[in-house]
Amino acid sequence: MRRLYHRVDRIAGNVINVRAGDVKYRELAEVSSRAGTSRAQVIRLNNDEVSLQVFAGASGVTTDAQIRFLGHAMRVPFSDALLGRVFTGGATPRDKGPALSENLIEIGGPPVNPAKRIIPDKMVRTGIPMIDVFNSLVESQKLPIFARAGEPYNPLLARIALQAEVDVIILGGMGLKHDDYLFFRDNLEENGAISRTVMFIHTAADPIVECLLVPDISLAVAEQFALQNKRVLVLLTDMTNFSNAMKEIAITMEQVPSNRGYPGDLYSQLAVRYEKAVDFDTSGSITILAATTMPGDDVTHPVPDNTGYITEGQFYLREGRIEPFGSLSRLKQQVNGKTREDHRAIMNTLIQLYAGHNESVEKRSMGFRASEWDNKLLRYGERFEKEMMDLSVNIPLEQALDLGWEILADCFEPMETGIPTRLIEKFWPAKKETPISSVSNGR
Amino acid sequence: MSRTTGTIIGVTGNMITVKFDGVVGQNEVAFAKLGDVGLMSEVVRVRGTRADLQVFEDTAGLGVGDRVEFSGNLLSVELGPGLLAQVFDGLQNPLPRLAEMCGFFLRRGARLPALPRDRRWDFTPEVKVGDSVVAGDPLGSVPEGIFTHRVMVPFGLTGAFKVAQIAPAGAYTADLEIARLLDAQGVERSVAMVQRWPVRFPIRLYAERLRPTEPLVTKVRIIDTFFPVARGGAYCIPGPFGAGKTVLQQITSRHADVDIVVIAACGERAGEIVETLREFPRLIDPRTGRSLMERTVIICNTSAMPVAAREASVYTAVTIAEYYRQMSLNVLLLADSTSRWAQALRETSGRLEEIPGEEAFPAYLDSVIANFYERGGGVRLKNGATGSVTIGGTISPAGGNFDEPVTQATLKVVGAFHGLSRARSDARRYPAIDPLDSWSKYAGVVSRDEVETARRTLRAGNEVGQMMKVVGEEGTSMDDFVTYLKAEYLDDSYLQQDAYDKVDGASTAERQRHMFGVIGAILRAPTHFPDKTAARRFFHQLTQTTKEWNRAAMDDPEFKTLQERIENMVTEATAHA
Ligand SMILES: Nc1ncnc2c1ncn2[C@@H]1O[C@H](COP(=O)(O)OP(=O)(O)OP(=O)(O)O)[C@@H](O)[C@H]1O
Ligand SMILES: [Mg+2]
Repeated sequence: MRRLYHRVDRIAGNVINVRAGDVKYRELAEVSSRAGTSRAQVIRLNNDEVSLQVFAGASGVTTDAQIRFLGHAMRVPFSDALLGRVFTGGATPRDKGPALSENLIEIGGPPVNPAKRIIPDKMVRTGIPMIDVFNSLVESQKLPIFARAGEPYNPLLARIALQAEVDVIILGGMGLKHDDYLFFRDNLEENGAISRTVMFIHTAADPIVECLLVPDISLAVAEQFALQNKRVLVLLTDMTNFSNAMKEIAITMEQVPSNRGYPGDLYSQLAVRYEKAVDFDTSGSITILAATTMPGDDVTHPVPDNTGYITEGQFYLREGRIEPFGSLSRLKQQVNGKTREDHRAIMNTLIQLYAGHNESVEKRSMGFRASEWDNKLLRYGERFEKEMMDLSVNIPLEQALDLGWEILADCFEPMETGIPTRLIEKFWPAKKETPISSVSNGR
Repeated sequence: MSRTTGTIIGVTGNMITVKFDGVVGQNEVAFAKLGDVGLMSEVVRVRGTRADLQVFEDTAGLGVGDRVEFSGNLLSVELGPGLLAQVFDGLQNPLPRLAEMCGFFLRRGARLPALPRDRRWDFTPEVKVGDSVVAGDPLGSVPEGIFTHRVMVPFGLTGAFKVAQIAPAGAYTADLEIARLLDAQGVERSVAMVQRWPVRFPIRLYAERLRPTEPLVTKVRIIDTFFPVARGGAYCIPGPFGAGKTVLQQITSRHADVDIVVIAACGERAGEIVETLREFPRLIDPRTGRSLMERTVIICNTSAMPVAAREASVYTAVTIAEYYRQMSLNVLLLADSTSRWAQALRETSGRLEEIPGEEAFPAYLDSVIANFYERGGGVRLKNGATGSVTIGGTISPAGGNFDEPVTQATLKVVGAFHGLSRARSDARRYPAIDPLDSWSKYAGVVSRDEVETARRTLRAGNEVGQMMKVVGEEGTSMDDFVTYLKAEYLDDSYLQQDAYDKVDGASTAERQRHMFGVIGAILRAPTHFPDKTAARRFFHQLTQTTKEWNRAAMDDPEFKTLQERIENMVTEATAHA
């Protein structure tokens, strides 16, 4: 079906209006003018007036541009040939590889029937104690990293991707700095992960409309892999840029904003994407980790706020560390009861004592007298921060639990930890003199 | 209404504009043709020969000129035996059966009857030929799980009828004729067990509405004792993300002392409903000894499902709740989250380019919310029996700030407010209901005076706590310090509750009265301590012991032993005086 039109009535922002018949909502078109050729998508129909959002931006589009409707919605090619490749937000090659055109799948497909979901129960190991011990990541979870711009959320995402035992990694970059894109690429390459990775990269220099496509394209491809029984990890960075792109378009379309300029459907728009995370009954899974920068370090800003209402917890990255208190994996209890019997006890005890440490620090800064107990907590907190919280620490969960016991034994008496005697007897390290005679070295 | 047809002249988002010939009604259902499927839609505005319709499905692929068929019917649900234990989407499609038909994904235009047509129900007639009946009167009954399901004269029939025919006792499917009714004009109507009712209209077939006076025991202590809910009342749970709204509703859906629970998962995570869906069939309801699923209906329109259907889903849920109330049952409707429903209204209003109110919500938000909660209530039915619909809705305020349109509109119409606080959830003080800000107008399981005394302790303790942050423990008087410790004790051992402990997770009214008596006495006891360290140690031990007590079943000998230990501890501390 080739339908050509030549007359553009209105150009505003990245949206152009043409008069045309027999056009379908969400249909794709090609817009050619002096500025070049770009794809565009139908975003409104009003009698014979068709509004098109131009992927490459409307800049340079002329009133005599040629518009050809393609008879289908946005699609991406799907095959194993995607692996190791880099594409733009519009799904055209960004690397030197060939363009792909086989097995096209539509993006933004229907939601999974909730009756076909299963309760997730597989832990994703990251080697990061602040995650594995305190807020275990679970296959099919959707979890954002909340951080101020400038925090190392991209290196953190890359690291989790490398350590996680997944079959396919999909990186969706939105408004990514070119350096950050190169960092991801080189990092995955050096670690031999590039051959199981597909990248859809929109950089800060690319047209804004392509930014909007990145999550849908990434997730449509992820879904296909998951249906082939693959465990897929999708990294989306930065979802605040995605939301800002939506805001920009909404304002061009003269929609009434709801909150700080963002459209009223921000929640739904984000949710539709995040809800693609799934553990399919009898097939693969999609886990989504996203970076959400917080403008002004304010978690009540509409983007992090709406995100928190959608995702299954969040990691706060602050001063290069995963903050232990605000961070929460809402699915952790599905997995941390089945790892090692001391997991939950260590998790709770270390955190409670660290909260005590923070109080002692506050007391000290207020000039109140530090008790003996305060001093113990201060000593403990220092070690906890250095040996557990520091992001450079990279050890398996079991080793992290052992380390937890060691730190406890160096700082406290068993009684002071409140850990049940049964676990103390089994796990409390022997090297210190303790009142318990039956102490072994654990295992 | 006649069958009207029209053609699409505009599409934007989930809204289509249709030019039609003939008669069209507000809230009439229509189908937009996309190839050989029809996308279900609802008329939301009519101007001249143009109607704006919200489409309950993705509109991609629709175009100008496409055909629209109006149904002549309002958006309705099926009512009849077989609703219980089901999982529906917002338009009452049964999701498990949709999955059998369509696989992993929801398919546009796929619809199935809500009630299974292949299942037979054992019908016992309760009227004879010649009896006079009106809408809502019983014709007979069928057993539905643990309930006697009343088969009633369809609610939409107006006027008086004579029973012309009634089926003999036997097994019938829900759609088979079980009676023929003759109206005053001599026109006969065929009646089946299943009937349809338009969801946006309340079912009002009762003699009178009752004031909500009887407590609805949720088995959550801070609710039943401090901020009670009443049968037939309405309450809301606003709170920032992650504060525990969903968990609180999940707990309530398990333990609440009602006959039937309707869960409306409205624009929230699919994963959460999966937990309920997979666990309820395995959990035994202590009241009945049967699986919890047998008393539950789930309406599930999660955040990735179409927004317009989300808006409809709360009405589907409340209609089903009202239906069972007609059988003189006590029904609890839990909606999570009403903010998502309000946002759906906002999206529709925005697409209609209506003049926006605060935060772009439509100006009629308040009245829509009020009308929804008004559908709850206790009633005396025409046969003298009573039934109730209690509505509890969560609210997800932007930025966790309660000073926003949905929270404010809801507070005007509910009788209890359970405000969740970020500070409490961060401190893992669950359930994170703020004991200083929350309120309830309903009567609870213990006397108001006793509760007031306890609340005074909480307020005073909180003030001392604030002071102490500035002046330190050294600068606080012993009396103040003890007040602070008493408030903390009340919080730790009574307000907080371990949802995942078998015993502590669900505290009966009897147990609450008993415990609160003991704890109230402790709060009033004139305790004396040599120094603050001793006071702190005392309350620390008391808290530990009380927490153990919380975990002991009332019929366990341990329960008595622990209570004695607690009381002895307090006696000793007062003896120092
Ligand atoms: N009563 C409780 N006991 C123990 N943990 C709880 C309790 N309530 C909440 N939590 C913890 O907090 C997490 C979030 O709770 P929940 O899902 O109920 O929050 P919410 O208020 O519904 O958030 P959202 O608005 O994002 O849906 C849970 O996953 C759980 O880890
Ligand atoms: Mg929730």
